[in-house]
Amino acid sequence: MYVAVKGGERAIENAHRLLANARRGDQSVADITLDQISEQLGLAVDRVMSEGSLYDRELAALAIKQARGDLIEAIFLVRAFRATLPRFGASEPVDTGAMRVQRRVSSTFKDIPGGQILGPTFDYTHRLLDPSLAEGFVPEAPATAEASTAPTPRVTDILGRDGLIEPSPQAEDGAGVGDLTREPLNFPANRDLRLQNLARGDEGFLLAMGYSTQRGYGRNHPFAGEIRFGEVEVEFAAEDVGFAVPLGSIELTECQMVNQFKGSATEAPCFTRGYGLAFGQSERKTMSMALVDRALRARELGEEAIAPAQDEEFVMSHSDNVQATGFVEHLKLPHYVDFQSELGLLRKLRKEFAEANAPDAMKEAAE
Amino acid sequence: MNAPAYNFAYLDEQTKRMIRRAILKAIAIPGYQVPFASREMPMPYGWGTGGVQVTAAILGPQDVLKVIDQGSDDTTNAISIRKFFARTAGVATTTATDEATVIQTRHRIPETALHENQVLVYQVPIPEPLRFLEPRETETRRMHALAEYGLMHVKLYEDIARFGHIATAYAYPVKVNARYVMDPSPTPKFDNPKMDNCPALQLFGAGREKRIYAIPPYTQVVSLDFEDHPFEPYRFNAPCALCAAENSYLDEIVTDDKGGRMFVCSDTDYCESRQAAGHHGSQSAAPYKEKAQGGSHD
Amino acid sequence: MIEQDLPDQDVADRDVLETDQPLLIAAGLGKSYGRIAACRDVSFSLYPGEVLAIVGESGSGKSTLLQLLSGQLAASAGHVSYRMRDGVTRDLATLGEAERRFLFRTDWGFVHQDPAQGLRMAVSAGANVGERLMAVGWNHYGRIRDTASDWLTRVEIDVARIDDAPRTYSGGMRQRLQIARNLVTEPRLVFMDEPTGGLDVSVQARLLDLLRSLVAELNLAVVIVTHDLAVARLLSHRVMVMKGGRVIETGLTDQVLDDPREPYTQLLVSSILPP
Repeated sequence: MYVAVKGGERAIENAHRLLANARRGDQSVADITLDQISEQLGLAVDRVMSEGSLYDRELAALAIKQARGDLIEAIFLVRAFRATLPRFGASEPVDTGAMRVQRRVSSTFKDIPGGQILGPTFDYTHRLLDPSLAEGFVPEAPATAEASTAPTPRVTDILGRDGLIEPSPQAEDGAGVGDLTREPLNFPANRDLRLQNLARGDEGFLLAMGYSTQRGYGRNHPFAGEIRFGEVEVEFAAEDVGFAVPLGSIELTECQMVNQFKGSATEAPCFTRGYGLAFGQSERKTMSMALVDRALRARELGEEAIAPAQDEEFVMSHSDNVQATGFVEHLKLPHYVDFQSELGLLRKLRKEFAEANAPDAMKEAAE
Repeated sequence: MNAPAYNFAYLDEQTKRMIRRAILKAIAIPGYQVPFASREMPMPYGWGTGGVQVTAAILGPQDVLKVIDQGSDDTTNAISIRKFFARTAGVATTTATDEATVIQTRHRIPETALHENQVLVYQVPIPEPLRFLEPRETETRRMHALAEYGLMHVKLYEDIARFGHIATAYAYPVKVNARYVMDPSPTPKFDNPKMDNCPALQLFGAGREKRIYAIPPYTQVVSLDFEDHPFEPYRFNAPCALCAAENSYLDEIVTDDKGGRMFVCSDTDYCESRQAAGHHGSQSAAPYKEKAQGGSHD
Repeated sequence: MIEQDLPDQDVADRDVLETDQPLLIAAGLGKSYGRIAACRDVSFSLYPGEVLAIVGESGSGKSTLLQLLSGQLAASAGHVSYRMRDGVTRDLATLGEAERRFLFRTDWGFVHQDPAQGLRMAVSAGANVGERLMAVGWNHYGRIRDTASDWLTRVEIDVARIDDAPRTYSGGMRQRLQIARNLVTEPRLVFMDEPTGGLDVSVQARLLDLLRSLVAELNLAVVIVTHDLAVARLLSHRVMVMKGGRVIETGLTDQVLDDPREPYTQLLVSSILPP
């Protein structure tokens, strides 16, 4: 006798208990703390904050712990929490020119006002596994100096002073900043929405898209004008106070790519911009973002859009890893009834095919 | 750390009003896909976030909620969504189709006829019926605006030329109110006729794709076809092995690894109600074999 | 407008109103991009059943003109009007997008130089021809298929190939399929952009023959853009010669090609072999 499957509810509850145990692992090993994640897996925290689009190191660390180190799952947790937060308004634009720079490199000029600052970087490390890190490692103290008071103007501003690069496109006065988490997205989308989409976009997806432009699929000859990482102030213009109130400081990485020039009979030629910005130290992400941002400006700059990275609808519809993972993984859900309908159709078609291709003798016998 | 605190039915009231506006517009233009600012829900995209947002926006404290997946109240995703609303809204839940005021569903329409005071909320993965013919949203929106549906018929034509039949078994496209071509969500085509002139309000939510659409009560819904190749619903031609129903959509259950199969109602509430009322099936069926009597089964 | 004998005497039997009113009227038509004028001050009337060839070198503005005439490009100056099936002549710029697109799949045809632009390369020939019928509401598979078969025969494609996709077809067959796809709704006006371009000479000849007989049989009005004067001579009643975005000479095809007035036209004519 057949009994329909029951007990799904109990199964779910126990699956959650199994997950909790698997997450904790061997209980004789110490429980990992949020501080440890935030301090020692800082780049993972940065990525979760960026793609989760919520600047909160502690919540991001919690999400990483809860997700067992699965960063896309952690981003998802942060996003779902973010969706429930009330909005008080938008901050003033942050001034990255006034950034307290910890690292700053330019590939376009040997020396720039404020200097090149190597800072903490994997660059020029030899990728040799280091057994001394396995336990109790104490790093040597780095050399330090008084923070320089010299200004560190952005390389694009230096170029811009001579008109060698296009001015940063400005929004129309009074035009609000779009927010694709609050309004439905329509195509074609403006650059504010494109940049928001890329900032939230999956690092791996942007890396592949940016890489494809370098290999000729929508090439636009980039130079890394500048990559800078450091702290900036965030201010909020409170209407009833009448001036901007500082909310605190956050760490940002900014990348400005300098790209092939445009020009026409009526316009002097100048370099064009590609822009990347992310929370924390996220150089791979911001560089990829700047390449893709520039590629997506094809329409605006009168270039023929033929490569995937230039296709706004393609890039923006597939960049979000929370959306992508949900839809890919939904294939795990039951599809019994569709499959049954498909099976019925396939059996019928196969039966008709067999009849049509049967030897004549059989056909006659059947008639 | 910010401690989470959630509103009735999870979504904040402002978001619910935004969704209700989209729903009202959808009802006013039957079959038209209304863009809405879908929120990030605490469950994955593609797992019913659209349906959940629609349900959350229309649910009141007096409502009685039923959630089904594949026709069953006891599949894991249906349980998960039912628990979500039991926890966040505290509404009464039921498995009885008759008692529910709101029914959220994935892939099925209940067998029990719906009535006027009910809302059926469908979870939709890909709302665009033209998507696999034309991947660009900009182009498909134009095709809907101009009612240019030749391409959809090209697909049906190609099916017949190749297979002798329209080879769409589920998510079978329909025309709503003689205007918009609409994707009914991946329900088996068996369910299509239930959408036509239905007394209940039918709402469709696609979270990842950020679209809501609707069929108001008593609206004409026609499955696309050709005069000489009319739409035919498919049902395996056997009675349910548990309740002997002759007119319900059936799940195929593999009973062994030697070709053993049995067929039972996919709508568990319908099946159980019939059994409670004294209907009994064979409880097992012969290995894959349709009823001997003739007649087309689809 | 030039009065002339139409190639098909049957036409004379038609309703007077049908033939003595222009079908398509261009008045002072121009298009500029910034300071560059791609096409300027073009005026003419096209009558039912009349074939007009627009000839010139590449860059002469003839393709821009074709796009203006067919409403695919908005004009910077002037108007294009079309006499609709209800007899009312309307400015194309005043048509809504839905009306324009409807016109495009019923009363108009457009034959591209590259058949891949005018065909759905991955769907069967039958569906390619049937699509326009289905778009105007045909809903009987058997009748759609019969009509498609009939049209394949008319353009000399073996009906056994009806379920094959055009990507399995030769270049000449693709072009003939594109023509069938356009003509199935019996349009009154067809635009053609270098329809024989890119084909072998022998294939070209066969295609031109077919086009000539279909145009006469269906009493089609045609605007054909070509750089090949032999094509113009074979198909058209009238020729417009373009250079630098302007029409520099116009007249009956035989007159213009046998006795060109303008030095530029003389140069064009002398560079081809006589028919």
